Amino acid sequence: MTEFFQSLGMSYEWAWALATIAGILLIALPLMLAVAMIIYVDRKVWAAINLRRGPNVVGPFGLLQSFADGLKVFLQETIIPSASNKGIFLLAPIVTFTVALAAWAVIPFSAEAVLANINVGLLYILAISSLSVYGVIMAGWASNSKYPFFSAMRASAQMISYEVSIGFILVCVVLYAGTFNLNEIVLSQKGHGFGIVNAYGFNLLLFPMWVMFFISSLAETQRVPFDLTEAESELVAGYQTEYSSMAFALFWLGEYANILLMCMLNAILFWGGWLPPVDWEPLYAVPGIVWILLKTFIFFFFFSWVMATVPRYRYDQLMRLGWKVFLPLSLVFVVLISGYLMATGHYGAAA
Amino acid sequence: MIQTIAFYLFAVLVIASAVMVITARNPVHSVLWLILAFFNAAGLMVLVGAEFIAMLLVIVYVGAVAVLFLFVVMMLDIDVAALRAGFIRNFPLGIVIALVLLAELVLGIGAYRTGAIELGTPMASDAPAMVGSNTGAIGALLYSKYLFLFEAAGIILLVAMIGAIVLTHRPPKSKRGQQDIGKQNRRNPDEATVMKQPTVGQGVEL
Repeated sequence: MTEFFQSLGMSYEWAWALATIAGILLIALPLMLAVAMIIYVDRKVWAAINLRRGPNVVGPFGLLQSFADGLKVFLQETIIPSASNKGIFLLAPIVTFTVALAAWAVIPFSAEAVLANINVGLLYILAISSLSVYGVIMAGWASNSKYPFFSAMRASAQMISYEVSIGFILVCVVLYAGTFNLNEIVLSQKGHGFGIVNAYGFNLLLFPMWVMFFISSLAETQRVPFDLTEAESELVAGYQTEYSSMAFALFWLGEYANILLMCMLNAILFWGGWLPPVDWEPLYAVPGIVWILLKTFIFFFFFSWVMATVPRYRYDQLMRLGWKVFLPLSLVFVVLISGYLMATGHYGAAA
Repeated sequence: MIQTIAFYLFAVLVIASAVMVITARNPVHSVLWLILAFFNAAGLMVLVGAEFIAMLLVIVYVGAVAVLFLFVVMMLDIDVAALRAGFIRNFPLGIVIALVLLAELVLGIGAYRTGAIELGTPMASDAPAMVGSNTGAIGALLYSKYLFLFEAAGIILLVAMIGAIVLTHRPPKSKRGQQDIGKQNRRNPDEATVMKQPTVGQGVEL
């Protein structure tokens, strides 16, 4: 895109700045629209599973429900508790939202459509997702209230615990792909399964890793059955209790942007990203962005499905699952996979 | 030009937030400024082309270490006024420490100006050449030239971890509150419930 702006007669610096801003807007604005629509999908799926009708009043089939909610929230008054720490109280939703958007910079929507095609893309995602805990901690502490603070402590313990096993799962994928670059990880999945399927998910060593990654991504985004930070029966609304109006909406948008990111990561790391599911020439005529959005949507359906059917975990069960089941299992698989790769000599595919 | 602007932005922010770490009145604010300083230091590392180190800095320091700092500081009820009460009494000691640090800095910069220390030449070029990304280069160096140092660092960390667990682990005092998850999962409705169909006017005999 920089070349295009340069061809309009700008210097390189200006062209670069404009191209970057245009790229950011091209990702962030559709993302906001996608978040609004995905909330609608979420509610429709729960409704269908609970034998209800779900949102059906605003617009055709209730399609405009999320926008109506957004408008309502926008017009409400922002209430700042007098005992709160005002600066941090207002900073917390901004941090959550910004961090949720920042991670999208390295996501490859197709072979070319990626804002920052950096060598350490996967590490960047890990770094950004470890930042997202700060929004929750800051909100919980600055609210100066019991329930938000409990929620903040739960959230940080939970996210740190599951990031450990997510890290090891990512190491397994990186061992197979031989690179941290997300685009190259997608490319290395071409024809991986039986020579025809474009996915790591069909690899018998990596399939268990995907199952664990999916469950860990539920925990990382604090979705049911791991939504202990917002457990309404115990903590009112968790760290969001004292928030109202747009500050609350920013938390909400950030949360769903993170969920979409995790769905997309599932697709990119294990199910072929923007490659078509089968390595068959006519399928490559379909643009890559269609495939990756389709896969993301399927994973989002899984997320909603789990939310509508599974009851919440107890906190000790959550910690046990993270530290005593996932961590040892993922460690064993790192050893198994690196041993397999050494034995068969497939290591360093990209090097 | 972009790099120059970015460098000055990151550098100014690192120094400003480092100053705020020690001047902020609220300890939680101090930790948050410290996180900003870490983050901008990572930005500086990206600028010099060490993106792997930058990401590790964010993952390890911002993502794990600073969260624990924040935890501890939030839990502690620090009275800032009490901390400042001893300022005059400890002032001479503080001055002495500051002077020692200043002398070390001056000596260090002076030694640096005179040239690098001759540490001897490497025995053979057993380390692979620096090609490809710096992630690969760091890996190649760590697992060839510095293999023993790397493994020793790993073992020291393992020992420290086991030590921490041994020091803090207490055997449970009572059996209350101890749950056997396997036992809970093994329960099935057949052995846990009974179906009773009492007739009218008759209770359930348990």
